[in-house]
Formats: sequence, structure tokens, C-alpha cells
Amino acid sequence: MQEHTQLSDKEITDDLLSPVIRSPKWFWMTIGSLGLIMLLGLSGYVWELYSGLGVTNVKRPVYWGAYITNFVFWIGISHAGIMVSAILRLTQAEWRRSITRAAEVLTLFSLIAALSNILFHVGRPWRIYWITPLPPVVIGYDFARGIWPNIRSPFVWDPVAVGTYLLSTILFIYTCLLPDIALVRDKVKSKIPKIIYSVLALGFRGTPRQWKIQATAPILLSALVLPIFVSVHSIVSWDFAVSIAVEGWHSTIFAPYFIIGAIHSGVSAVACLMAGLLWLYKLDKYIKPDHFDAIGRLLVIVATIWLFTLFLEWIFALYPLEDPEIALRNMQVFQSPWNYLFILFLFTAYIIPVSAWLFKNIRRSAKWMFFTTILVNVGMWLERFLIIIPGLSRRTELSFNWGSYSPSLVEMGLVAFTFAFVICGILVFARIFPIIPPFDVKEGMRFRHIIKIGKRNISAVVRE
Amino acid sequence: MANKSVLGLFVDENVVGDTLSSLRKSGYKDNELEVMTGSPYPEGTFGEAEPHHKLFRYPIFGAVIGFTVALIITVGTQLAYPLVTGGKPILSIPPMLVIFYEMTLLFSVIVTILGALFESRLPRIFMGAYDERIMTEGYIGLVVTVSESRIKKAEDTLKKFGAESTKRGWE
Repeated sequence: MQEHTQLSDKEITDDLLSPVIRSPKWFWMTIGSLGLIMLLGLSGYVWELYSGLGVTNVKRPVYWGAYITNFVFWIGISHAGIMVSAILRLTQAEWRRSITRAAEVLTLFSLIAALSNILFHVGRPWRIYWITPLPPVVIGYDFARGIWPNIRSPFVWDPVAVGTYLLSTILFIYTCLLPDIALVRDKVKSKIPKIIYSVLALGFRGTPRQWKIQATAPILLSALVLPIFVSVHSIVSWDFAVSIAVEGWHSTIFAPYFIIGAIHSGVSAVACLMAGLLWLYKLDKYIKPDHFDAIGRLLVIVATIWLFTLFLEWIFALYPLEDPEIALRNMQVFQSPWNYLFILFLFTAYIIPVSAWLFKNIRRSAKWMFFTTILVNVGMWLERFLIIIPGLSRRTELSFNWGSYSPSLVEMGLVAFTFAFVICGILVFARIFPIIPPFDVKEGMRFRHIIKIGKRNISAVVRE
Repeated sequence: MANKSVLGLFVDENVVGDTLSSLRKSGYKDNELEVMTGSPYPEGTFGEAEPHHKLFRYPIFGAVIGFTVALIITVGTQLAYPLVTGGKPILSIPPMLVIFYEMTLLFSVIVTILGALFESRLPRIFMGAYDERIMTEGYIGLVVTVSESRIKKAEDTLKKFGAESTKRGWE
């Protein structure tokens, strides 16, 4: 990191708590607009609950459509948030301080968005609790028959993994948030918010013992959350890969392929979020071009590894020269509309953004990073769509049984709902808690110095 | 007799360090002295006693609990409803491993969080001698917790060393 702005503790507190103390001008209007999108999406869901899944376009043979695509997409986004945070914490990278919280919060809301897609997708969401191994005394008559979840099914592994990830993420965020809740508790004047923050802060006072635990616990938790992160997307990929009936799904490389794809889309989402926060909250003293530069360089590597796994996935599929597999790949690449989507996917997920990130000026520009990372996520959404739909549309050799799929208005509304929900969730979080951890930034300032080497002043960081 | 606390607010780290050493020389024990800051300082900045903790043990306890829970869930539920699906055995090891893995990690995280709270001595219901400026303005708080008869002397020492203000509380 080359850039350095020395700030006092009071300046940091005032800067980073200002969105918490008073709403920015645009806040309520934005929340209102997002709320409207969510309301429209949910009204479609009410109709779906009333009419059944017939209002979606999922039908034989394509039983998985936009909801499952969106589920995999949001699970992917959720991954990089906590991964970026955990890896940066474990390696004690200095530039982590401004971005870890936002990355973790992105994980939280994208996980909830992912899970909401499962609710949209199942026929009888009021029985979603059947997936939990609750005994009959708790559940009542549903389980009085003695039926328990079938742990041999990947659809049981999925909620176990995603549930573990969600709970761990919430606890992880809360633990790291404690000192900042204490700061807000001491800063706010209104009585009721003060009481609420006081309860949430649990009496945190900033003793050396508490700071030592604050330094140790996130590192320990990062080490525990990383294996969860790896397992979750592996298990999501096994929803597809353990099925032997669908061409294009039954692949041994799916777990690493999905994980690296998740990192690609998720790290892009983190960069996009940082650019958005920088613009909305004027955080240019805290989120610097150096941050984008570092993420941009990381993304070039991640995207290229992802492209390599995509290539491997295709090679392993085509090398045995099995007719149905070749027919599927032929359809994905040469037949309309899949061919257009495939080209769009390749250009948006790799060719355009990675070519752009090779230039330092683009990597260091928040505006360019914002747009290029959005492109990545358009591409990565399409990637999941192209994995799920073409495979299902010709899952049998008998052509009378083939079908196609395009999302209905209800499905598109609910996909839009998830996007609005995640943006809204992050903005509301940033209204209630500091989105950049002030205590972490203050600690960073303490270790930063300008050292003079010859005629140059270099920003240096001292580490314990 | 209930202990009383007095808090002195300081601006400079070195002054806090000097005050702490002087208080120790005057007979105050380590467990009667506590520093509070609004952000982390390197350990030993003020010459304070090094806090010891056992947080590293908690994930292992959690892992053992999680593994046991997973074992009970997977074996118990499958034996309670022994329906053969997909030609796999009732107690099929590979899917059970998935549940073991997740539950082990989940309980490790939960117990680590509980451990972090316990080791941080949280939740703390009453704040005692505390000032909001520690968190918001970067003041350094030095708290002396002693019996009522010694509290006046402690407060005088804090003032003598340049505490910007003092505040009494109780433990």
C-alpha cells in the first residue's frame, strides 16, 4: 500500500459513524425504490403460493429454472465475502481493514437471498421444516409417522451446509462487530437506540483482555469458516454432480469448478460493493485505489484459474466421445438461444473484464471496477443458467420428451427481489452499524508511519 | 465491603504507562488496575499485565460436541426410519461424513464464540467506572478498583499524573 492519510481517532469515529448517526439524503428514497421492487417480487410469490408452481415456467423436463440458477448464483456470491475476509484476516494483510466488514455483510445477505430461492422453488414451502431432524414432540403430527430426513440425499446435505454457513457467518460478524456496537452505543444520544446498542454491545469496554480476544477470535473463526466455505459450494455442486441422469452435470470436477467460479463472482461482487460504498458514503479516505488495484490483480488470477477449470470441465466431458454429451455441448455452443447466451457469458465473465484489468488505470478506478465486476456477475449468472437448463432440457434420448425453458414474469420478479433484497440489506446494515470497522482502522493508523528514504517519503506499516 | 472504582481519563499512552507503574509501586496490585481503550494497542503498551486466555481450546471442545451430535443425528434418524433408498446401506458412510464435517465445524464455531465471550468476561451488566469518550474520542481510561477507604488516594494519584477528568463507579 503506497497511499496514506493520517487521521485522528475522533475523525475516524465521526467519518465512519456519520451514516449511522443520520441518514444520508438519498437513503430513504433508495430504500423505498428497492422496497417497491421487493414488493412486486413478493406479490408474484403470493400468486405462486395461491396458484402453485404452474405460474413459473418450470415444467417437464426442465424442473429447475431461474430459482435454482439464482440460488447457486447467490451461494457463489456469499462465498467470496467471507473468503476474502478470512484470508485477509489470517494473513493479517493491512489493506483488509476497510473491506472485511462489507465483505462479511455481503455474505450474510446473499446467503439469505440464496435460501429464499429455495422457498420460492419448493411446492409446499410451509413444510420446509421437514428437512430438519426435529423429533415428533417438537414438530407435531407431521413426524408422528416417524419419518426422518434422508441423509443419503444431497438435498439434506445442502441445508446442513448452508445452515452451518449462515449461522457461522452471523456469529462471525457479530463477534467482530462488538467493539463497533460499543462505539455506537457511546455515540448515540437517543434513549431507545442507546438501550438497544447497550444490550447488543454486552458491556464491551475495551480492556486489554477484550482486545486480545478480539484479535484472536476472528483469526480462529476464519480458520474454521474457510473449510465451511469450501464445503458449501462443493455440496451445492454435488446437487448436480451426484446425479447420473443429466448430461453436463455428472462431473467429478464440479466441486473445484464451482468453488473457483464462486470466488470469481464473489470477489467481483466485493469489489463492486466497495465501489458502491465509496461512491454512496464518500469513503475515499478509507477505500483507496490501492484496494481496487489489489483486488483487480487477485481477480485476474482467480478468473484465469476459473477459465482453466471451465476448459477442463469441457475437455473431460468431450474426451470420452459420448454422443449425448457431445449433443448437449453442441446445443450449448451452436444452437439458438443458448449460443448467444454462451458468447455473452464468455465475454462478460472473462474476456472483457480480464482484458480490462490488465491495465493499471482501470484496476485503480472505482468506476471501471464497478462496471467490470457487474459484467462478471452477469456472466456468472448466465454460467449457472447454462449449466442447469440445457442439461435438463434434453435429459432423455427420446426427442418427444425434450423441452425448453425461459423464466416467467413471476420468476423474473423474484430474481429481481433477491437483488433488491441484498442491496437493501447492506444499506440498512450500514445505517445501523458501521460498514467499515472504526476500531480496526484506528489500530491500522497507529501502526502507519511515513518514513523518509532519500528524497522520498514512503508510507510504511509496522506489524507486531 | 464493596469495592469502588475510579476512572482517570488520559490522552497520552506514555502518561498512562507512568501512572500505572507509579500505582504499582504504591502497592496497588495488577488485579486492581485496568486500562480501557477505544481501539486495540499493542500488548504491553501501558506496561499492563498480560492477559492470558484459553480460547484456542474451545474449538476442539466444540468439534467433539459437534461430531457427537452428528453421529447421533445420522445414526439415530436412519435407524429410526430404516428405509433403503438408492440401493445404499442404511448407515451409508460417505453421506454421513458430510454431516459429520458440517456439524463438527458448526459446533466448533458456536463454542469458540461462547468461549470468546467468556474469555472477554462478557456479558457485563454494569459498566462500572466508564466514560463514553474512551470509545468515541480516543481517550485512554485507567481504572483503579479498591476498597472504599483507598479510593480517595487512588483518585488523587490519577489526578496528580494528569488525568483530564476522573469519575467514580462501583464494581
